[in-house]
Amino acid sequence: MEPILQVRDLRTSFMTSNGEVHAVRGVSFDVEKGKTLGIVGESGSGKSVTSLSILKLLGTTGRVTAGSIKLDGEELTGKSRKEMRAIRGARIAMIFQDPMTSLNPLIPMGEQVGEMLWEHNRKMGKAERERKVLELFRMVRIPEPEKRLKSYPHEFSGGMRQRVMIAMALACKPELLIADEPTTALDVSIQDQILKLMRSLQREMGMSIMFITHDLGVVAELCDRVAVMYGGLLMEEADIVDIFKKPMHPYTMGLMASIPDMNQDRRVQLQPIPGSPPDMIHPPRGCPFAPRCPYAMRVCMEEIPPYAVTGANRRSMCWLLDPEAPAAGNPFKQGREAAV
Amino acid sequence: MAKYLIKRVAMMIITLFLIALLTFVLMHAVPGGPFTSDKQVSKAVLDALNEKYRLNDPLWKQFLDYLGGLVRLDLGPSFKYQGKTVNDFINNGLPYSARLGAVTLVFVLLASIPMGIVSALKNGKWQDMLVMAIATIGVTIPSFVIATALIYIFSFKLGWTPMYGVDSWKGYILPMIAMGGYSVSFLARLMRSSLLDVMGQDYIRTARAKGISETRVVVKHALRNAMIPVVTVLGPTVANLLTGSFVIEKIFAIPGMGGYFVNSVTQRDYTTILGMTVFYAAFLIAMVFIVDLFYCLIDPRIKFD
Repeated sequence: MEPILQVRDLRTSFMTSNGEVHAVRGVSFDVEKGKTLGIVGESGSGKSVTSLSILKLLGTTGRVTAGSIKLDGEELTGKSRKEMRAIRGARIAMIFQDPMTSLNPLIPMGEQVGEMLWEHNRKMGKAERERKVLELFRMVRIPEPEKRLKSYPHEFSGGMRQRVMIAMALACKPELLIADEPTTALDVSIQDQILKLMRSLQREMGMSIMFITHDLGVVAELCDRVAVMYGGLLMEEADIVDIFKKPMHPYTMGLMASIPDMNQDRRVQLQPIPGSPPDMIHPPRGCPFAPRCPYAMRVCMEEIPPYAVTGANRRSMCWLLDPEAPAAGNPFKQGREAAV
Repeated sequence: MAKYLIKRVAMMIITLFLIALLTFVLMHAVPGGPFTSDKQVSKAVLDALNEKYRLNDPLWKQFLDYLGGLVRLDLGPSFKYQGKTVNDFINNGLPYSARLGAVTLVFVLLASIPMGIVSALKNGKWQDMLVMAIATIGVTIPSFVIATALIYIFSFKLGWTPMYGVDSWKGYILPMIAMGGYSVSFLARLMRSSLLDVMGQDYIRTARAKGISETRVVVKHALRNAMIPVVTVLGPTVANLLTGSFVIEKIFAIPGMGGYFVNSVTQRDYTTILGMTVFYAAFLIAMVFIVDLFYCLIDPRIKFD
């Protein structure tokens, strides 16, 4: 089956007064129909910019400089503004990180959701639209939806606002939902509710989800596949079970070591990854993670590694996986030898 | 709501009382009085005048008497102009000032808000630079310089507008531009920065992600939000414009309130100084109050309490 979204060698830059920021530097991935792809990375890794590039919501300074984005086989990069508008909301919908600021404070919630329906189906009458909004409010399980239609965002809690955002995004039954850190700004208990809601709605509607997060725990709960981004590059891509069983990239390993575990011995300290992400105006010549990587070799600083196939349907971008890489102190080769 | 209104009105009365008190004290602290003059006046005449206007009473009694009049909306007789009251001055001057002010207000709103919007939407382009250049001139050059320049060009050289007076509608044009110039520039800048700020907000990105047109994003989602700071400064601006500008009224020979006010200060016309100050303050407070009510219409987050 053809993937719903196919991204190939996507490159996105922002023109700033300090120079060109190379936010995304050649990223390729697929989102399969009805499946969820998690894009994981820390701030500045290029994960949000990747999603905004797909919808061309980069603002005045951002620009996709190269690559291809195909929605169900249809190329999006050459689309005009007007053609993109017909896709936004209707075929690809997006929900954002902060439900506090992502809704217009001066417009009633019902109207904000209704606007989505109005935009993509002008023939729909007002009464039908209102009925549909009510149905959407029920679908995302907003209590007493009739009373809530005329409420304003400030009268809602964070979790309720995110439910409204989801109702809005799903109003036109999009083929792809891009969720950019939808649970980051919420309390943990509310996070869980929202994730469960998204999962059940996905099952009902059969849509595909691209889920952007920095939280591996959330990924484990929701995603079928994971792509790990760092420094504008896709470092590792694998099925969810495989990547948790055995990460095949030092950055992924670092991310996993920094997840707190309830059962962990308290004397064992959490392992943070030392250092900070690279400057994307002058991205490093080699692997962007090399300066923070405990296994970095000389070649890592000089050249971006090619992708190595690390198993069924998985790949990683790391020099340690190169056939010529030394085995001594190599976490991946030791593992393989042990397996053999 | 009723509770809020009562509270607000009580606050307004207290504010006015304090303004009247402060003006009264300051006024009497300045040496000299309404009947001090270059000419030698016999002591008998001076005593008689002081007696007539009750200036011999202790100050607290004078103040209480004044407040008594104020409650009845009687601002008292002028000390300098026989047979005239301060109410007469306001009745005579205000219509001129208010008419010019109303015209100027309409001009200010119609010019500044579109200027700010264009400037923000064309951020960094030539339209923005042009608007900001005009706005900088308007903020930096004083109104009397602009007025003089306008008279020189349009009245003296081109002869399109009268040099002074408001006998025909043409007479309003130059004073309107000179008086409104500052407000136009100020509000255009405010509108620009406010709209730029709003256009960078998350909910604008949400609106764009819905696929709605950019025009609708601006009109429906951005403008109302961007208007909030503008409405805030509108109250004082309206009060300012409607009560007139002494300088502009003087240059264009418009018999508005400003002239009476300034003359009263130089002549120590006690009742007129007090009356004009209290009137202006009341007007300003009322405008700010109206703006606050307007807020609630625009912004559902603001409640009456």
